[in-house]
Amino acid sequence: MAVEVPFLPRALPLRLGKLLGRWGGSVWEYAPALVLLAALVGLWELMVGVLDTRPYILPAPSAIWDALIDKGHLLPNHIQATATEAVLGLLAAAGGGVLLAVLIASIPLARRVLYPIIVTSQTVPAIVLAPLLMVWVGIGLESKLIVVALVGFFPIVVSTVDGLASADRDMVALVRSMGASRLEELRHVLIPSAIPGFFAGLKIAAAYSVIGAVIAEWVAAKEGLGIFIIRSQASFRIDQIFVAIAVIALLSIALFVAVHLLARVASPWKYANDQGENGS
Amino acid sequence: MSEAAVAIHGLRHTFPGSRPVEVLDGVDLEAAPGAFVSLVGPSGCGKSTLLQVLAGLLAPDAGEALIEGQSTVGEPGLAAYMPQKDLLLPWRKAIGNAVLGAEIAGEPKAEARQHALDLFERFGLAGFEESWPSQLSGGMRQRLALLRTFLIPRHVLLLDEPFGALDAITRREMHQWLQEVWASDARTVLFVTHDVEEALILSDVAYVMTPRPARMAARFEVDYPRPRRPEIVTEPEFVADKARLLAALDGASSE
Repeated sequence: MAVEVPFLPRALPLRLGKLLGRWGGSVWEYAPALVLLAALVGLWELMVGVLDTRPYILPAPSAIWDALIDKGHLLPNHIQATATEAVLGLLAAAGGGVLLAVLIASIPLARRVLYPIIVTSQTVPAIVLAPLLMVWVGIGLESKLIVVALVGFFPIVVSTVDGLASADRDMVALVRSMGASRLEELRHVLIPSAIPGFFAGLKIAAAYSVIGAVIAEWVAAKEGLGIFIIRSQASFRIDQIFVAIAVIALLSIALFVAVHLLARVASPWKYANDQGENGS
Repeated sequence: MSEAAVAIHGLRHTFPGSRPVEVLDGVDLEAAPGAFVSLVGPSGCGKSTLLQVLAGLLAPDAGEALIEGQSTVGEPGLAAYMPQKDLLLPWRKAIGNAVLGAEIAGEPKAEARQHALDLFERFGLAGFEESWPSQLSGGMRQRLALLRTFLIPRHVLLLDEPFGALDAITRREMHQWLQEVWASDARTVLFVTHDVEEALILSDVAYVMTPRPARMAARFEVDYPRPRRPEIVTEPEFVADKARLLAALDGASSE
């Protein structure tokens, strides 16, 4: 009996992962990261206590939690504003990105003209553009949406162009032999080939979209997590800034996961063999 | 006399480049409507190039390629073409792949789908209509590619080594099965292969091609009664014909 005891700690998490199924399995994978994060937060709490840091320099995690409880009722409106900007901006980036990618991939002249301009556009930081956009389109939703779209469209264009270029030439020839038009080639072969690449780009864009929205709000806004941070800073509520940071991180992760799930739904053939009914 | 389903006259083609490759050197061919015609030749002799011209994918340097009297130059879609690789679209289920050609040819979707579903059984694919191509075996993928080709509403089928990638046993089954399918369908088939036995089992006419640059070296009428069983390969007449065909192939190679 005594021999079996050392095996317990190893067998237990394995069975737990199985019990929780596919999702539980991936949750279990992240457990070490969560443990490390908790340890770091604990260390932070301890150091703030030991060094007696002023709360307007660095508040303890417990103080940040208190701020969340205390001022949490202010957050939903700000979160809604930022999330709306991020999601709509991301949609605009996806639409514009795909359109540009199709142009670049199918018209050689468009590739030569557009690609260098698109690459150059990425050397201009979004934070520099934000004030200009405020002047041109005002401090409403539109200016934020444009900033998010400008941050997000680049990875979408690049990876969608790669996806379109990776299409099997022989498959294109096959549908052409069936009498397909250029548009049908695009619909039946090129676009489906580009779906995985498109989603790879969209994931990156999603991860940056919340940050883009917050940066735009910094410049000028009525609502949003960016303006919440500015106000908190003005009143030395560093604890509130940390609350906003945590919310921004969670929002970004949520968007990233949503895009990941969307990719699964949009390319079911890539996951067809997950259920274990492999024919060959 | 009715017009030839496939007619090729003096077809020439050279692939340009720093080292130009002359592939076709005046190829002539004719296939009567409803005939099963094989093209036998060594690997890399230009058989596939010939089919690509007929499929309208490649414009030759000189000569004519006609499907039912219409030139295929710059005019894809006159014949149903099946390339060597099965080229199933991974993002379409089996049924979706089957109807692809019919769909592009403008057949109403529901009709094409019903037509395809009726044929899944005969192509040995019953029960796999909703499978993804990645879930099918090699033989099934090949049959599905063939089904897709059959469903293209054209009178001429161009098949480029459809069974080249299959093992010998599966191949034998496919020969029997293709004969049945073709007999009930009465379309013209142009069948590229480098397997002499396969050509004899399946064809009404077998053309032997020379190595690159290709010309027609010989033309054989194959008139064994149909249906032809797999055992036919051991009959004296078949063995003699096979020897003649192989001799033509060797003669063409040593020219």
